[in-house]
Amino acid sequence: MEKFYQIWKKFGKNFEEGGKLSFLSSFYDAFDTFLFTPNTTAKRLGSQIHDGSDSKRTMILVVLALVPALLFGMFNVGYQHLLATGQIPCTGLTCELWWKAFGFGLLAVLPFIIVSYVTGLGIEFIVAQIKHEEVAEGFLVTGFIIPLIVPINTPLWMVAIATAFAVIFAKEVFGGTGYNIFNVALIARAFLFFAYPSHMTGDSVFVRTGGTWGWDSTMTAVDGFSGATPLGMLATSADANMLPVGFWTAFNGLIPGSVGETCGWAILLGACLLLCTGVASWKTMLSIFGTAALTAWLFNMFGPDTAAAHFPWYMHLVTGGLMFGAVFMATDPVTSARTECGKWIYGALIGFMVIVIRVLNPGYPEGMMLAILLGNTFAPLIDWCVVRVNINRRMKRA
Amino acid sequence: MALSKKSKEAFLGPLNVNNPVLVQILGICSALAVTVQLKPALVMGISVTLIVAMSNVVVSLIRKSIPTRIRIIIQLVVVAALVTIVSEVLKAFAYDVAMQLSVYLGLIITNCILMGRLEAYAMSNNAFDSLLDGLGNGFGYAWILVVVAFVRELLGSGKLLGYPVIPQWCYDHGYENCGMMLMPAMALILVGCIIWAHRAINDEKK
Repeated sequence: MEKFYQIWKKFGKNFEEGGKLSFLSSFYDAFDTFLFTPNTTAKRLGSQIHDGSDSKRTMILVVLALVPALLFGMFNVGYQHLLATGQIPCTGLTCELWWKAFGFGLLAVLPFIIVSYVTGLGIEFIVAQIKHEEVAEGFLVTGFIIPLIVPINTPLWMVAIATAFAVIFAKEVFGGTGYNIFNVALIARAFLFFAYPSHMTGDSVFVRTGGTWGWDSTMTAVDGFSGATPLGMLATSADANMLPVGFWTAFNGLIPGSVGETCGWAILLGACLLLCTGVASWKTMLSIFGTAALTAWLFNMFGPDTAAAHFPWYMHLVTGGLMFGAVFMATDPVTSARTECGKWIYGALIGFMVIVIRVLNPGYPEGMMLAILLGNTFAPLIDWCVVRVNINRRMKRA
Repeated sequence: MALSKKSKEAFLGPLNVNNPVLVQILGICSALAVTVQLKPALVMGISVTLIVAMSNVVVSLIRKSIPTRIRIIIQLVVVAALVTIVSEVLKAFAYDVAMQLSVYLGLIITNCILMGRLEAYAMSNNAFDSLLDGLGNGFGYAWILVVVAFVRELLGSGKLLGYPVIPQWCYDHGYENCGMMLMPAMALILVGCIIWAHRAINDEKK
């Protein structure tokens, strides 16, 4: 390792001012910090204000936390494909089919990850080069989340455009990583949602019935197949008491949905990592889940006579993007509220809005994206109010 | 005919360095509302140019006899009369465009560019310079509208002036119109981009 570091540093001489590759210095910086910083650890003695962690290490932890959801998402993409094309026998999955599902999903999801990273990092590198700054690490997580929150049938060029739009207009114009008001990945999804609505909602976008890279391309969906998500069925249901899916089915996540959002336990596994390492705030998460459950329960009790309002409160928590959004997107330290009390209010706003949108707006079966973006908008105001209240209280006490 | 430096400045300034939309950020609301398609944007641009120029001339001619305390009302009366004439003419000869512009045609009365020019320029300059200033500001407003509408109609509905320009094979290969372009939010972002480019260019000149 030490030897490699020496070679790397020697190679780095080329990128210094006046060196022959100096115009690529931000590339070198990026990889240098990516590989070797922070190369100090917190000292064992004395009191510490904070640990030796920096934003790069934080980002890597979030990426690690996302891995279970991604792996499961890949499997589920393949599984839904097999299900839709009628390849799964009634005896259940064989080992061979299991690998086929995973391989199919891997091939289907991998291009999304590549497109998202190439587009986003490309823009980051160009901007860093123009502004003569280091490449910020912010896109590491964003680029990983974008593939997880889009339907599997979204065309890749749309993902590229949405990523570019989000990186430029939601991040770079505000000053880059750490200055953005809105969650960048959600802006990418919101762009897709409003620009190409036919590819973001409906029955045919969440399950790939055709092939991937020519694999299984002769397959067609079996008769009576519907690729609707549970919330999608709910929104269009005429029967006010219909229950599209059971609790454990939804929690296990073998249902149609955006790539990474379906599986409860994969997301909770990531949540454990985030909470244990202190990267995400448990207050935000708890507040979102609590308020969403309460709001949904109130709709159960006193709501209008529609299928969405009758949908049990515990079901709301495990369907759609609520769990994924609450764990990975609402807790984004840049765009969420910073004050401890503010986190409760911020989470409550999101939890309340997501259920209101789901139940009361027939046009939008799912409201997590819009709820979090609204929460992002209000986060600075919430912080400001909390700080003001605190100052006033202490002024009175003085 | 050689124009004085002041007259030249009155006409050329608003087109670029002192553009009402890009620098003074005036008239944004109508820029968002009428730029979904190129045709209404063109008509709107021409209407505003005519009205600014004419009202500048009229107010400039009567500026010495306007009592200071009620000058805003008098300016409004002049603008309102001109807006009514333009909207009636449009309704008579270009009914469908007038319907597309709907309320925004009448709202030219409240367009900040008009009141701004009347107060800032026409009230203290002669009629000829005021005419040039009005034309300059009108064109300055119009070219922004046309650029924004061009991008929005091209990317949002694949047409220009109502004629399809994106070939069918693009659609056959998976291209799709961007619905976001049809929303007012995108007009705001496009105006922001033009301001961005405008500042970048003009700062380099300094």
